[in-house]
Amino acid sequence: MVNRVLVAEDLYLLREGLVHLLQAHGFTVVAAVEDGPSLHRSLIELRPDVSIVDVRLPPTFTDEGLQAALEARKQIPGLPILVLSQHVEQLYARELLADGSGGVGYLLKDRVFNAAQFVDAVRRVAEGGTAMDPEVIAKLLASKARHEPLGRLTPREKEVLGAMAEGRSNAAIAQRLYLSESAVGKHTASIFAKLDLAPSDDDNRRVLAVLAYLNAARR
Amino acid sequence: MHDRGGARCSVHEPPIAQTGGMLRRSLVLIALVAVEVPVALLSMLTLIGAFALGLVPCFPPTVMLVRRVTGLTRRMAGIEAPYHPEPPPPVPQPDGWYRHDRTLYKSPRVPRWSNRWKWLFGDPATWRDFVWLLLDPVVKAVLALPLLALPGPAQRVYGRWAALLLAPTAKSRLAGQVRRLAESRTTTVDSQAAEMRRIERDLHDGTQARLVALGMTLGAVEELVRNDPAAAVALLAKAREASAEALAELRRVVRGIHPPVLAERGLGDAVRALALDSPLAVDVQIDLPVRLQTPVETALYFAISELLSNVARHSGAERVTVDISHSGRDVNVLVWDDGRGGADASRGSGLNGIERRLAAFDGVLAVSSPEGGPTTVALSVPLALPEEYGKPKIRMPWWQTSTVVVCWGLAWLPLFPQGLVAGVFKALDLEIKSWFLALYLDESWQWPTIIGMVALGSLMYGLALYLPMCHDRERWMAESTPRRPWRGAW
Repeated sequence: MVNRVLVAEDLYLLREGLVHLLQAHGFTVVAAVEDGPSLHRSLIELRPDVSIVDVRLPPTFTDEGLQAALEARKQIPGLPILVLSQHVEQLYARELLADGSGGVGYLLKDRVFNAAQFVDAVRRVAEGGTAMDPEVIAKLLASKARHEPLGRLTPREKEVLGAMAEGRSNAAIAQRLYLSESAVGKHTASIFAKLDLAPSDDDNRRVLAVLAYLNAARR
Repeated sequence: MHDRGGARCSVHEPPIAQTGGMLRRSLVLIALVAVEVPVALLSMLTLIGAFALGLVPCFPPTVMLVRRVTGLTRRMAGIEAPYHPEPPPPVPQPDGWYRHDRTLYKSPRVPRWSNRWKWLFGDPATWRDFVWLLLDPVVKAVLALPLLALPGPAQRVYGRWAALLLAPTAKSRLAGQVRRLAESRTTTVDSQAAEMRRIERDLHDGTQARLVALGMTLGAVEELVRNDPAAAVALLAKAREASAEALAELRRVVRGIHPPVLAERGLGDAVRALALDSPLAVDVQIDLPVRLQTPVETALYFAISELLSNVARHSGAERVTVDISHSGRDVNVLVWDDGRGGADASRGSGLNGIERRLAAFDGVLAVSSPEGGPTTVALSVPLALPEEYGKPKIRMPWWQTSTVVVCWGLAWLPLFPQGLVAGVFKALDLEIKSWFLALYLDESWQWPTIIGMVALGSLMYGLALYLPMCHDRERWMAESTPRRPWRGAW
């Protein structure tokens, strides 16, 4: 059971809001930090089940949070971290996904508005899955759109691919796109065939394959 | 920006030409006397007429004629024009009158004439032109034979003479630079203000309006919540959507003010992020040792962003390369694409905007875009990196260094033993001659030699101080301004 959560956010109101939200959904907040160095320390010492990290933190107010997260994941591979930001950049998404080990999320702060979906994303990351913001996925897809294999997908398959890249399971995709699970299964099989990826039954591994594909350097 | 010491280059290094061409140039130079002498006489007459007899209206046309004649020589010697810029035509006030100082005129004639008079009369270059025109026939008479016999060296000597009076003085160059700085400051302030207005409009029309709508929706929810909870819940969902839209809008505005990646990562990664978001395959190469200062970084980022979107919109290019590098303290950006070319800085307002933005940092933009492509746009911002990345210090020429060393090393010799001490011995009329050169000489030569020795020693000390001082001043100026307007033409 996922339980121990770390929150790193410098704005008091948002930090408290996140802590309350998580506690209300049965998480235990083991630490709520507000700057880069203490975030890095806590990540290494406490090894929380999942950490929710703001990109921009004191003291430099640059990408302190992201750097601390990347550094900690280098020391503890697969340490689950969900990065929150006021803006999403492909560049950061690619850096987070680069090690290909899962347990990462990258969401706009707005996504906190929808508590149920947000908590779902937190759980997914904690369990080693991924949670990518739809905006990031849209950008990743757009930058690949002109290239061949992706152009061969049907519009429906593209929708499924997008949802899959966000980190959703077959069941969740079926629910969102109003399809039966078997139909989603058929679509994913077709996508994997068209993109020349090895099929896999494991949701997480499948998502990582898709992200790795999207993340690959452009020719 | 456009006058990089043209005079210096051409006067010192006349274009390589065959002796025949050189000789022809000499002949043309000598033939010019035929024009110069009549114009010089005429201008003497008009000057006398203008100032002794009050024939003031003759003055401006004469000056213009003289400028034409000196312009011929300037063009041949590659000397830039030193004149003040022509005053703009008078602009009427809202009531249709023309103001000049404290007087109002009905027609623009008097103000225009008066501005013109001040422009011509107040420009030192006008008088330098007159002096040059009077003296030039004499110089040419002296140089006529050498010009024909040894065209190369003689033309170089003549070029120096021409530059002496016709080239812009250090003062007028500095004045020109100050004028350009004032202009670029004005455009900077203007574009800054325009940016502010744009942001204000974006916030006013977008975010503010959305927040108002959000408030109204919440008000409606408040009314509905007791009577019709279902409708209230539906409205709340709408309100949440509206707040998300407001956030998205705000994010867009923030991106336009100062993109978050730029703030977080600096120019290199911000450009990489731009490249990732671009629909084209953009190859990015960055070689910057440190982060640039925020204003420069922002200007370059927006310039590159504009260039990339131009490429995506107009060029039909497949591949784009962005290369950011530095040479010394200057930062250079090259944006290359394999599109259809034909980009023109004078037509595209986008390129103009970039140029204006960069002008605030003395930056320049150059476009090479032949029809059919490829297009290369080069941006350069001088002195954008901190001092430690500068080129190695400008060193003194070897002859100056050795002069300073010799002077410091030997100046004591003439000044003290051979000068002052010998002087004291002489004044006290002592018998001891020791090694004091002056005392061994003939009686009548003793004092002059002593005084000469003192003078020589002082001169050597003076030189040893003066040369490094000059050099330091030069270096200081070179390091604080990208151009070197204080340098004369020779």
